[in-house]
Amino acid sequence: MNLSSQQTRHLAGPEALAREIPDGASIGLPPDYSPVAMAVVRALVRRGAKDLKLIGVPVLGLCADILIGAGCVREVETSAVTLGEAGLAPRFTEAAEKKRIKIIDATCPMIHTGLQATEKGVPFMPLRGVLGSDLVKHHPDWKTIDNPYAKGDPILLAKAIVPDVALFHARWADAAGNVWVGRRGELATIAHASKACYVSYEELKPGDMLEDELLAPGCIGSVYVTAVAPAPRGAWPLGVPGAYGIDDAHLMHYARLAKTAQGFRQYLDEFVLKTVAA
Amino acid sequence: MSYAKEELLAVTIARLIGDARHVAVGAASPIPALAVFLLRERNGGVPRVSLLQKRSGNPFTEGSRELFDLAGQGRIDVFFLGGAQIDGEANINLVEAEGKRFPGSFGSAYMYFTAGKTILFREEHSPRVLVKKVDFISAPGWSAPQVQRRGGPAALLTGKALFQWQKEKRRFLLQSVHPGSSAEDVRANTGFDYDAPASVPMTAAPTSEELALMRGPVARVIAENYPEFARRVWGAALAVLRPA
Repeated sequence: MNLSSQQTRHLAGPEALAREIPDGASIGLPPDYSPVAMAVVRALVRRGAKDLKLIGVPVLGLCADILIGAGCVREVETSAVTLGEAGLAPRFTEAAEKKRIKIIDATCPMIHTGLQATEKGVPFMPLRGVLGSDLVKHHPDWKTIDNPYAKGDPILLAKAIVPDVALFHARWADAAGNVWVGRRGELATIAHASKACYVSYEELKPGDMLEDELLAPGCIGSVYVTAVAPAPRGAWPLGVPGAYGIDDAHLMHYARLAKTAQGFRQYLDEFVLKTVAA
Repeated sequence: MSYAKEELLAVTIARLIGDARHVAVGAASPIPALAVFLLRERNGGVPRVSLLQKRSGNPFTEGSRELFDLAGQGRIDVFFLGGAQIDGEANINLVEAEGKRFPGSFGSAYMYFTAGKTILFREEHSPRVLVKKVDFISAPGWSAPQVQRRGGPAALLTGKALFQWQKEKRRFLLQSVHPGSSAEDVRANTGFDYDAPASVPMTAAPTSEELALMRGPVARVIAENYPEFARRVWGAALAVLRPA
């Protein structure tokens, strides 16, 4: 399989990015502490996205709960879904208990390892541990083999994970389509392993960031990036490290409202559906 | 000298950590964090601690996979795990029980194998949590001999008692009960069978030195990272400490 290396396109905003992500796509998403493209997630809800498969790299939070609650999701593969200090993710929990979505439970390093296999263009990669967990029994893509270099040494293989789409938010993008994510290495892993990569960003940085020795190590090069679009405060109510923090009060407000289907509807009406298109 | 339950649990964890070089503390674990910072205060900055939930200045530069790579390399000596259910074979369940869904397994299925030792910690001590057999094994308490495994459970600490894990017997041994509980109370509230000595000692109380450290310099560090917890445990005393 060949992953793309076309020129990065510059789009108008979150709505335009959301239009690029087709129904039925598998989407690699970062945890709440890594910049999440929340403005694009809200645009996906507004455009009525359907049958998405969310892949938590390695866990999911608010964005998954909103997409699940809004009926955009068919399947979730993740190591956990949590709102952190704000507690359980209520729409995920209810959908799971009522079996409205398919859940493939994983463990964090198996997700990283599956993506790292794709980064290297190999079909699988081994990982220690995990054997004897019920996760192995239920996961469709994990196999145990005997270490070919040592007899009687079982080891688990993660099948290469290739998301259709990587979606996240970055502090900066530049004209060439490079994006800066700092130390959030899981974002680079998702970008490297996905068929298409869509990034919303806070600010456009003048010049080429890859020519700046201090910025370059925190960049994902444009070769991996399909399209970018500006979305100031686009991670809100989550944060962008170094720019703004997580809006904890809003998260608590969400956790309270989303406990019921009716409260969740109210949240959508107030914070998602009425938002003016960017 | 009177002390808070959290302070008793923290000094007990500190004793379990012993002379580890590097301790990783996961999200929502203020009591283990208190234990590690108590040790660091006492031992001149040893052990190294990685607070995984830290929003700024966390120890990793390659993203969240770096924790697991570190553990795989044997660079993490002590880790903490809990569970919606924990059973008598030290299996933990973070996925689902009795039709209820929990967040998920996180990195437990890997960290339980790769960290040097794991301290199981769950404050709720009830037959609902401490079960005969977990409904779902997120991470197994023991492995067949051919399975490579660096670490595993060392102990189980709850709000009522401390159990030691007996690797060879694959069973817990009741080591001590906390003030306010008793051997009978622990037996009645534990869903799994375990070994116990004829006479079960009390969990050792925090010393006045430990309490002074925790309520002084350690409280300041904890308040930065776990403000709600610090307010709950030290309340008004903390307001006095804050300006320093």
